Amino acid sequence: MTGVTLFGLAGAILAGCGVYGLLSAGGGLGRILGFNVLGGGVFLIFGAVARRGAAAGFHADPVPQALVITGIVVAFCATALALALLVRLREVEAGPAPDDGKRETER
Amino acid sequence: MSLLFDAALCLLLVAGALGVVTARGARRAVLAFIGYGLLLGLAWVRLDGLDVALTEIAIGSGISGVVLLRAVRAVPEAPRPGTRPLAALLSVGVAAALSVMVLALPEPAPTRAHDVAAALPATDLGNPVTGVLLVFRALDTLLEKVVLLLALVGVWALSRDPSWSGRPAPLSSEPASAPSAFLARVLAPVGLLVGLYLLWVGADAPGGAFQSGAVLAAMGLLLLMGGQIRPPRTSSPRLRLLLLAGPLGFLAVGFSGWATAGVFLGYPPGWEKPVIIAVEVAITISIAVTLCLIVLGPPSAEEGT
Amino acid sequence: MSALVNAFTLLCVAAGIAFYAAGTLGLVRLSDTLSRIHALTKADNLGLALIVLGLLPQAASLLDGAKMVAVWLLAQLASGAVAQVMAEAVMAEAVMAEAVEVGVASAPGDGPT
Repeated sequence: MTGVTLFGLAGAILAGCGVYGLLSAGGGLGRILGFNVLGGGVFLIFGAVARRGAAAGFHADPVPQALVITGIVVAFCATALALALLVRLREVEAGPAPDDGKRETER
Repeated sequence: MSLLFDAALCLLLVAGALGVVTARGARRAVLAFIGYGLLLGLAWVRLDGLDVALTEIAIGSGISGVVLLRAVRAVPEAPRPGTRPLAALLSVGVAAALSVMVLALPEPAPTRAHDVAAALPATDLGNPVTGVLLVFRALDTLLEKVVLLLALVGVWALSRDPSWSGRPAPLSSEPASAPSAFLARVLAPVGLLVGLYLLWVGADAPGGAFQSGAVLAAMGLLLLMGGQIRPPRTSSPRLRLLLLAGPLGFLAVGFSGWATAGVFLGYPPGWEKPVIIAVEVAITISIAVTLCLIVLGPPSAEEGT
Repeated sequence: MSALVNAFTLLCVAAGIAFYAAGTLGLVRLSDTLSRIHALTKADNLGLALIVLGLLPQAASLLDGAKMVAVWLLAQLASGAVAQVMAEAVMAEAVMAEAVEVGVASAPGDGPT
């Protein structure tokens, strides 16, 4: 049981927590957070795989790490877009604003 | 000894994740998430992934945290549902399946490190992760830049029709307080220097375009919070040029790769390092501006036209 | 000699951790937000200073040591400014709450934002 295996197992448990948050959270914000926790757990498993692939003078296999960096940025994009949608949805539900429906030519 | 530290860190990580998904109220969950992101960054340091640790802390915990905190203000708290046993069962199942997979990973661990080590000297880079990101898997990075741009367009598209080309709402409705302005004026130049350093040193040591872009975006947000700059108009052509510099520059290098190296996204032989650095500078500028604008949100009603 | 240096490091880092623990205790046990901010800021700054002091002899070079001191200075700057901004927000909320009680202003959740 090395430290790397511990991190892999922790990633597996984090993914489980994320799935629970995704399924049972109240409201969109909780689900978005659950999705992020799930992503973090999966990335940690990638990290364990990368660390085990240390060879050729590198301390870890760089290819999975580069994939995780891409994944973190894409997950942030998805989170930001989902949050913007959520906020706009709440605004719409709260009632129309006085200038909604005005056409651009009227400005 | 280090096994003890790793075990303690894993326990804290699991406790943090449980805190996020079982928190009472959205704001507590978001604050727990920001702390959990920092711990995740520490875990990456222990896994010898320093570039990933920098990205996780800067983007995964830092900028995501800012976007989440802004959203929490606008979204009313939803009532907490009772524990759902089916969801708990499913999540335990997922965790168990993944754990079995982790414990059953093949013993001579398969790795691409040898291929990377063989091909890296041709690119004149010292950091293998930067090499993978910008040379060997450059297509992924190009598509990732486009995804960033798409997310920004999606966020902008959520504005009301009359305010489409206006400025995004400022980060707070009151004028910036004096400590905020002081912090912005003192910290932003230091942050700019650190961001540029991260970009430059990313060629040979942990760092690179994404980490640098995140730090520069954070400095931009700091200046906005301190009232030192105004959110720009989304229709401004200079802004759109900055946004497009990264993806278009990368695409241009990609297409010219057919002429110079015979393959899409190939670098001209003998000129790899200068072209890589030029591409990195272009992407960093785009990433910084895109991240900053994504946090600001859709353009809203203009003050005074 | 190096045993002395290691002992110094251990002592300073342990003292720094103790300060952090005290700050966290203050965060959990104090009742007022302003007191919590005060306790946390003071304890964290001093704790970080002790940890940096303890790690300075272990630094690989003078430049590394200077970087650690720079980290401490930046952390002090940021936490000082942030504590002030948070305190102002807390005071503004308290004034607002008092005004609502007196009946001068409407509560934040009543009208459209």
